[in-house]
Amino acid sequence: MTAYVAFFVLAALAVGSALGLVLRRNPIHGALFLVANLGSVAALYLTLGAEFLAAAQVIVYAGAIMVLFVFAIMVLIPGKEETGPDPRRPVRVLAAPLGVLLFLLLAFVVARGTGAPAGAAAPGPTTIGALGRLLFARYLFPFELTSVLLLAAMIGVLLLARKKAS
Amino acid sequence: MGVPEHYYVVLSAILFTIGVVGVVIRRNPLVIFMSIELMLNAANLALVAFGHRFGALDGQALVLFVMAVAAAEVAVGLAIIVVIFRARRRLSVDDLSVMRW
Repeated sequence: MTAYVAFFVLAALAVGSALGLVLRRNPIHGALFLVANLGSVAALYLTLGAEFLAAAQVIVYAGAIMVLFVFAIMVLIPGKEETGPDPRRPVRVLAAPLGVLLFLLLAFVVARGTGAPAGAAAPGPTTIGALGRLLFARYLFPFELTSVLLLAAMIGVLLLARKKAS
Repeated sequence: MGVPEHYYVVLSAILFTIGVVGVVIRRNPLVIFMSIELMLNAANLALVAFGHRFGALDGQALVLFVMAVAAAEVAVGLAIIVVIFRARRRLSVDDLSVMRW
């Protein structure tokens, strides 16, 4: 019972903060809403027994990525943004019904899938040690590729952001 | 004990849909980026739920890779936005209809 209560409270927090991100005009408010959303999803990871991912979510997303976002918003946006009438309002109004349609499609897929292979295996040893062994054994190559990806991203950012020597 | 996993998957679908709608209706590229993060996050939640359902840790390993890719993507994307802002002093995706300037 408490598990249900925790799930619904966290789910309401996540959905509410996601709506806040999309609907608030001020991007700083949006960023803070996104931090709340990431935090509630991290708590949902905890309820699923993924402790390491919850910690990584808080450190990587809420810590590193959102700091980068807030920094960029502070640097880039002098005052209000998205002021004035929207020149493409009729097209954007279409987004709401199409979004509902997309959700119904996804929900349909989920509803069809729930009858499929039941969770035969009981939740295995979801310890951090087992996850580490999996990462460094079966997924060693993708894991190493990740470092190459991060290095490439770092070099790319340096290349993009440096001042042109004119 | 425990909430059925399809609750999590439906929640993930809701968050993903909100992210898609955010990408479509917002004009600020920074907010669009944050909506993309929202979608990635929804996908991660679904992956963790599936992994929990099948008692496997592969879903969690995959989520770790998605996080790394998201970090790289955010860094490059924000750098691109900064460069665009330097070039034209405005920040609205409606202005960005050409790939060169």
